Amino acid sequence: MPAGALLIGAFRTQEGEFTTRFFKNIFKGTSLDAYVKSVEISLITAALGGLLGFLMAYAALSAGAPRFIRPVLTTFSGVAANFGGVPLAFAFISTLGTVGLATRALDKLGLNPYDHGFTLFGFWGLVVTYLYFQIPLMILVIAPAIDGLKTEWRESASNLGATSTQYWRYVGLPVLLPSILGSMVLLFGGSFAAYATAYALTSGHIGLVPLKIGELISGNVLSDPHQAYALAFGMVIVISVAMVIYYVLDRRASRWRRTAQ
Amino acid sequence: MRGMPRSGWFWLVVGGLYFFVPLAATAEFSLKEGDAYSFGPYKEIFNDPQFRDTFFLSLKLAVATIIVSLLLFIPTVYWVHLRLPRLRTAVQFLSALPFVVPPIVLIVGLLYVYNYQWVPSSYLGSPYYLVPGYVVLSFPFMFFALDNAFRAIDVHTLTEASQSLGAGWSRTLWRVILPNISAGAIAGAFLTFALVMGEFTMASLALFNTFPTYINYIGQTKANPAAALTIISFGITWLALLGILMVGRRPGRGAVQVGGAR
Repeated sequence: MPAGALLIGAFRTQEGEFTTRFFKNIFKGTSLDAYVKSVEISLITAALGGLLGFLMAYAALSAGAPRFIRPVLTTFSGVAANFGGVPLAFAFISTLGTVGLATRALDKLGLNPYDHGFTLFGFWGLVVTYLYFQIPLMILVIAPAIDGLKTEWRESASNLGATSTQYWRYVGLPVLLPSILGSMVLLFGGSFAAYATAYALTSGHIGLVPLKIGELISGNVLSDPHQAYALAFGMVIVISVAMVIYYVLDRRASRWRRTAQ
Repeated sequence: MRGMPRSGWFWLVVGGLYFFVPLAATAEFSLKEGDAYSFGPYKEIFNDPQFRDTFFLSLKLAVATIIVSLLLFIPTVYWVHLRLPRLRTAVQFLSALPFVVPPIVLIVGLLYVYNYQWVPSSYLGSPYYLVPGYVVLSFPFMFFALDNAFRAIDVHTLTEASQSLGAGWSRTLWRVILPNISAGAIAGAFLTFALVMGEFTMASLALFNTFPTYINYIGQTKANPAAALTIISFGITWLALLGILMVGRRPGRGAVQVGGAR
């Protein structure tokens, strides 16, 4: 048996335990709110991170780019994608917190973000922070797909008289779309699962599912481990759905990978 | 050949700023004591015995995790490549998904499993309690690194050659296969190292004081030393990734992969 199945079985044991009461609670009140908020934030960061990451990766990996850019970009992306958790939250507090460097700079320009309803410790602050690992993650996952885009395709398209827009509309996007969407699903999973950054940034006050689970399990006033198991199981369901989507998209994407190799 | 379009440069500059501004801001913040610049915050951190304790605890956990996951995954990946090539897709699917197991779900599951009577209580009080969870988290990183390394060598020929010369399984694995995949194993080890050194979720919910929970604790009490710790932690991530680059290009595209536990 592959070790993976065995290890994943280890966290499945919780399933046996819950009664439907806890499971039904998921769909009520604050629990439901937490899922909605978690899904919202994950969708937004996946879409934004995916789009920006793709644009950067395409700029750096396309035929015209200088050679030195590629290794620089992938190395930096590797670092940024692996830099997360609590330190990431502090880095953004130093930057966009009430007295952060960027906040002060913007303030001098008369554009203090805090005067315009922005706060680092709320929903959009979290989005900005998550993008710090979402964008590089996208760059890393999408790079092979961009490499698979043959220059011949572009050349034949323009030989046949296609404009750049037409090339993207009929060749580039159809080939890349499954990969782009698939990568976005991975990004979705990444921010759906994130706990430490949100915890450190908002002191646990923003109602995301992982934070709620943490609250229920860590033995504070609200301690209710069985509800936590049910919420965790709900997360597994959401992630499983995302993974099925990923699998389908990946199969479509691999059609082109096979011919490209 | 066309040059890079201006929009391309634009996006790269945006990306670069996004990468560097938070670091610069943190670095500036970490060098402040009141209004003057100094290394005070760093000194404060290095003189804190708790820093040393938590740092070395995380270090020990990282080493333990690396050892366990190498022992577990090298033979597994070897076996899959040698005997069960069809399972490779399945295993790859399992591991392509570093996020299938959100750390929060994992620790909830582990806490639940550990509720059973058969787990000795001395083990429960020890921080090594976290190692099985970390091994699961490290699986995708290890798998990608090892899988790439195994793909680059001819497993069948090497194994047959070794066995026809009279070597047993363990000898083949240790003396023939291992030297050939060491670059992949080292890359996986570095990624696992970065992972464990930054893992907060599981440690904090299991109530152990590791390096990341220490960073969080400092963050709630002292702002400038927290920024210093952030820079230190960033340095660790850099070192780990530089380490991977140093062991060579062998691991290939799958190696510097996707971040994990946040």
